[in-house]
Amino acid sequence: MNGLAIDTSTFVMGVGVIKDGILVGECITNINKNHSLRLMPAIRNLLEEVEISPSELDRIIVSEGPGSYTGVRIGVTTAKTLAWSLGIPIVGVSSLEVLAHNGRYFGGLISPFIDARRGQVYTGLYRWSNGRIECVKEDQIIQHSDWLSMLQNMDEEVLFLSADMDKHEEIITSALSKKAVIGNATELVPRPGELAFIGTQKEIEMETHEFHPNYIRLAEAETNWLAAKRGEESKNKGE
Amino acid sequence: MSQIILGIETSCDETSASIVKNGREILSNVVSSQIESHKRFGGVVPEIASRHHVEQITYILEQAMVEGNVTFDDIDAIAVTEGPGLVGALLVGVNAAKALAFAHKKPLVGVHHIAGHIYANHIVEELTFPLLTLVVSGGHTELVYMKDHGSFEVIGETRDDAVGEAYDKVARTLGLPYPGGPHIDRLAHEGDATIPLPRAWLEEGSFDFSFSGLKSAVINTLHNAKQKGETLPVENVAASFQESVIEVLVKKTMDAAEEKKVDRILLAGGVAANKGLRRELTATCEEKGLRLTIPPLSLCTDNAAMIAAAGSIMYDLGRRSDDRLNGRPGLELK
Ligand SMILES: [Zn+2]
Repeated sequence: MNGLAIDTSTFVMGVGVIKDGILVGECITNINKNHSLRLMPAIRNLLEEVEISPSELDRIIVSEGPGSYTGVRIGVTTAKTLAWSLGIPIVGVSSLEVLAHNGRYFGGLISPFIDARRGQVYTGLYRWSNGRIECVKEDQIIQHSDWLSMLQNMDEEVLFLSADMDKHEEIITSALSKKAVIGNATELVPRPGELAFIGTQKEIEMETHEFHPNYIRLAEAETNWLAAKRGEESKNKGE
Repeated sequence: MSQIILGIETSCDETSASIVKNGREILSNVVSSQIESHKRFGGVVPEIASRHHVEQITYILEQAMVEGNVTFDDIDAIAVTEGPGLVGALLVGVNAAKALAFAHKKPLVGVHHIAGHIYANHIVEELTFPLLTLVVSGGHTELVYMKDHGSFEVIGETRDDAVGEAYDKVARTLGLPYPGGPHIDRLAHEGDATIPLPRAWLEEGSFDFSFSGLKSAVINTLHNAKQKGETLPVENVAASFQESVIEVLVKKTMDAAEEKKVDRILLAGGVAANKGLRRELTATCEEKGLRLTIPPLSLCTDNAAMIAAAGSIMYDLGRRSDDRLNGRPGLELK
């Protein structure tokens, strides 16, 4: 099976190609540059290098979020359109699950995260167990301080993985001190090769048309609108 | 030999794909409007528009190809709106177009959204040059002079609000539902232009527009009436506002036509659906012996057939975009 993996859910842009279980190509950058402009040239270059034409692809694998809304959309739109137009399946993988795989063989808990501004993070809890990465607590958006106090009460070492580590390392180590393990530079960025591997092993869950990003949270306008509506309703009830 | 273009448009709140043959014959034009989703917010919310586009894009592409009865083998090029528009919305169309172009080895043509609106007229009646287009929509108010295919000279544009924006704001002040333009147009026909409102002619010889002063005048008039305990009939407010807008649009178009010595006028953009504007422009052009083209309503609002039609001409002119094509929210028309 020839699988093409695409990840633009954060600043890290990754493209990976897997051929019959072998990772034949991986392209990754960790810079704040335009994904919309650079993704397609990166895909073209990599596929040319590994001598696989688009029509020889069997599956598209994409990091479905959470992450930057725009970033996720660039990857998902590209992946969906490639899959639909080539008549091949699309498989989505959580951007946090991809990152968690950098903690393979770690004995404790794994907490991959993506900065979500205003002290919040997208995160989940994973563990290496029975030869695979398992999700222990599902992906969510949460105040990092709340997440860390929850982890304080669990009597285990936690490996933290994130390309946004610089903004969060201090709060992590002050909350968990010796229980916190910080990944090294190569482990902090999601690897498209990992994405490709996870994606080739996953079941195909849905038709391409039905495939949507997983933003985890509603658009801000929608949240505000729902809050206003709830306010109205409770006011009406009070009267 | 026939030429088949697949057009894609996602610059605002319509997800659209279309197949156009030889630049003028629409084989399909599928438009998914999100207007219902944005109504509760009183306007287009960019993030929600972008989310809808991702959810819709492959459905719409498939439907356009099925209805147009074409396969990828039949398609000569892919044309997509490159800008201007909402950046997040544009990115969906642009990245989908790049994926298709790459997967099926097709040339890619980035199209300016306003060029698309202008070329909606080419589908109706073949363009002849020189010509002048009055572009009126929620985001644009422009006079565009063309001496040939693919050559655009913006000789006048709004300095503040676009005409459609002014309609929506006045409609909101009058308590009309979003989008307000059609409501004002309808009410204007039921009322009389009894309220004196300003006309923004700007300086002598300028083909630019300004609608914010008019909008404020309407708001002030309503406010003053309220202070005095009077109520102005909403129909008359609508009629007075619409009269001012249309008078300026038509007069400036006529002046520009005279200066540029053109005898062909096109109307383009979503506000071209306005009955009052259509009627007035038609009557004036007739009087002056100018040939006027107005697209049907379905081609006035955002749609991908107009992008395919413009893309067809650009393709013939040898214009090509590459893998690095990006959404450009502030793209200029040249
Ligand atoms: Zn438009």
